[in-house]
Amino acid sequence: MAIIERPTDTLALPPGATAHNPLGVFARPRAKTGWRGWVSTVDHKKIGIMYGAAALFFFVVGGVEALMIRAQLAAPGQKLMSADLYNQVFTMHGVTMIFLVIMPMGAAFMNYLIPLQIGARDVAFPRLNALSFWTFLAGGIFLNTSWFLGGGPDGGWFAYAPNTGVAFSPSHGMDFYAIGLQITGIASLVGGINLVVTVLNLRAPGMSLMKMPVFTWMSFVTQVLLVFAIPVISVALFLLTFDRLFDANFFDVGQGADPLLWEHLFWIFGHPEVYILILPAFGIVSEIIPVFSRKPIFGYPFMVFSGIAIGFMGWGVWAHHMFASGLGPISVAAFSVSTMFIAVPTGVKILNWMATMWGGKITFTTPMLWAVGLVAMFTIGGLSGVTHAVAPADTQQTDTYYIVAHFHYVIFGGALFGFMGGFYFWWPKVFGYVLNDKVGKVHFWLTLIGFNLTFGPMHILGLQGMSRRIPTYRDGYGFNLWNMVSTIGAFTIAIAMLVFFVNIVRSKRQAADLPPPGPDPWDARSLEWSIQSPTPEHNFDDDPIITRLDDFWHRKYQEDEEGRVVQVATGAEVAMPGDPSRAHLPAPSYWPIFLSAGFPLIGYGLIYNLTLAAIGAAVVLGGIVGWALEPPDDEDLPPHGPDARTDPSGADAAELADPGAGPEAIPPGEGPEPAVAPTGEAVTVGG
Amino acid sequence: MADVTHAPAPAAAVHGHGTTTGISNAKLAMWVYLSSDCLLFGGLISTYLLLRHRSVQGLGPADVFDIPFTSVSSFVLQMSSLTMALAVAAITRGDVRRNRVWLLTTAMLGATFIGGQVYEFTTFYREGLGFTTNIFGSAFYTLTGFHGAHVVVGIVMLMSLLMMSFRGNLGPERSDAVEIVGLYWHFVDIVWILIFTIVYLIP
Repeated sequence: MAIIERPTDTLALPPGATAHNPLGVFARPRAKTGWRGWVSTVDHKKIGIMYGAAALFFFVVGGVEALMIRAQLAAPGQKLMSADLYNQVFTMHGVTMIFLVIMPMGAAFMNYLIPLQIGARDVAFPRLNALSFWTFLAGGIFLNTSWFLGGGPDGGWFAYAPNTGVAFSPSHGMDFYAIGLQITGIASLVGGINLVVTVLNLRAPGMSLMKMPVFTWMSFVTQVLLVFAIPVISVALFLLTFDRLFDANFFDVGQGADPLLWEHLFWIFGHPEVYILILPAFGIVSEIIPVFSRKPIFGYPFMVFSGIAIGFMGWGVWAHHMFASGLGPISVAAFSVSTMFIAVPTGVKILNWMATMWGGKITFTTPMLWAVGLVAMFTIGGLSGVTHAVAPADTQQTDTYYIVAHFHYVIFGGALFGFMGGFYFWWPKVFGYVLNDKVGKVHFWLTLIGFNLTFGPMHILGLQGMSRRIPTYRDGYGFNLWNMVSTIGAFTIAIAMLVFFVNIVRSKRQAADLPPPGPDPWDARSLEWSIQSPTPEHNFDDDPIITRLDDFWHRKYQEDEEGRVVQVATGAEVAMPGDPSRAHLPAPSYWPIFLSAGFPLIGYGLIYNLTLAAIGAAVVLGGIVGWALEPPDDEDLPPHGPDARTDPSGADAAELADPGAGPEAIPPGEGPEPAVAPTGEAVTVGG
Repeated sequence: MADVTHAPAPAAAVHGHGTTTGISNAKLAMWVYLSSDCLLFGGLISTYLLLRHRSVQGLGPADVFDIPFTSVSSFVLQMSSLTMALAVAAITRGDVRRNRVWLLTTAMLGATFIGGQVYEFTTFYREGLGFTTNIFGSAFYTLTGFHGAHVVVGIVMLMSLLMMSFRGNLGPERSDAVEIVGLYWHFVDIVWILIFTIVYLIP
């Protein structure tokens, strides 16, 4: 990914320079450019960019796995892959796409945009934010090294125990799965806590909860879901790890285990996870559609509350993944009803997006096409989802390609379409140049056609009875045509992705001859457009003061005497000039990457040699100590600049080693209240 | 304890406001983390409840538990919540010396509890209940082991506070730090009330 040279400010010292530290602990690094600038950064924007780059990299990896599956299934009776390899490939395709592509891609947008949309300097704990990213990356790499160490996981992304026990899955693949997801879980949990605190605590003066952009709201709900869902999968993964590595008996049916235990634990995590994947994308299209319809979002409170409702109800539907497992009629009926019910808030969102477009002056730019694509494709996926809520029909559909069709329509047609729209929409803000619109439209249409060719026929195949997870099928069942169509579609998507990567490079090259996009290229509504593009390192020159929803828009447009909306200023005129003199930023740190390197060491050690695990644990513990003792900041600066809300002095060590020891221990209520104090409201939600 | 030489921030005064909710970031983060930890113990306790009577061989709960012994160690842990509260009260008053006394007492009580758990595990193992013996053994050691690990982390945090205090970095202006460790400590104690009731007392 391109390295953005940010304007050199007074804080930037020569690259690589470090200060003397008498304690013998690393001084805080100061490099802001070059590779050192990236590995030591605590800047939420750079971390967001790295999340995005890593997600796109793993998207290519997962995409290649998808193409292998489709090549194998293109015609009946093919033997491109053995059944064993096929198991590994479809398992890693699912694990990669969910945990290493969609989740970090969401994290990329949330990291980059939440502080900008709420008018903050950074997230609440900048070093923990870096820790989240590096730990996620360590977990992703750890998982994928299983390919070179005896084979990947082969039990499906849901990893039903006891099928994933040593007896049925003797390679180390499932160990890599259990420990790898545990590591990425740490990353998600730390990131979730960080962003929840950020949204609750770092909002600009006047930005009450109900003045936050819809994207920030949906991200907030996502992070709350993560905070509560991750520990449940952690428990399941611990039990599986103990069973496989230490001979525990949790899933040993011969010892009296209940095979439903794993299914319940997994899906209590797994269903909220579905909303963790989709809600950030819902937030993104809720930003894109109003901008290109030239209308405010229709029914803002309904958008917010339907998101919250999805967040709550997402916890009460998990057993619809288990209708075929013999739960009994009462459980099945109850979960059937709750599953139908959760379609209501989702339907509210879809209607609100359409009502936003209704009567608007719509321009079909590339981001808008992706957003409309999401609304259409997700609706198809949502409708097939409701058919699963009908338990008798679901019993017929379970383990067929109908299910595969459904979840690709919601995750690819929903989440990924939203993220693609987000890339085109925020690219100028992040990198300072616009992605070519014509090429972008080629990218969109190719993807849309390829997507429907790939997954549309799977509905038919599934209803005809073609099973998932089977490496091949016989001639004469009527599966041949639609499988071939599906494979052609998959390769069409691959070509579309190539168009995207070409567009990135080509647009960057052409950008030199074009005028810069300016702070507000789309005439947009939220705060991130009120600062220069690419975003200056310090974000906002001063705290923005917020008086209403879409405050930035209202600074550009006002009503005249006759009640007509007239433009009083352009975005460029009201945007902050990008003066860093009043900002003080958190200093970079090497400790996050150091600490996170310990986790995969522990993982390899648990699998191969406990000495290595001890070394890994020592790295983690040493990292925590070093983290806690790290000097707060540049020594030639006063300990605290004007930016007090994002405590730059290392108080985030508190979370790991010594809670609250950082200097941000400001007694509540000290200091003047913000212009519009949203305290009461926030307490309601936080408490 | 990021840096010993810098005084705590006069931050709020400089910028015009502290945090939106008025709760410090670190304290709010601890609350959010503890809410997440509820689900961790929720998952472990559910697992134990499901599995405890399903063993097909080996010792069961009624064969190993020594309720009077565990009642005493539970009492010790619950008393440490009292001393933790006294530590927070002391530092809020600015009484650094009493704060140290109560922090140390809390850590010692926690360590006593852990000692009791080590003794209990050893006894059970000698009696024939290992981690891999049967499904009850796996579920019991995993649940109580995770709780014990939480107590150990709490003791480490208390000792860190004590170290900070002896180096002169834990005055009343940092009472928030003591309070945050206190939140964690009380949470771990409350979880033990649940575990003691569910694992030991309910047959």
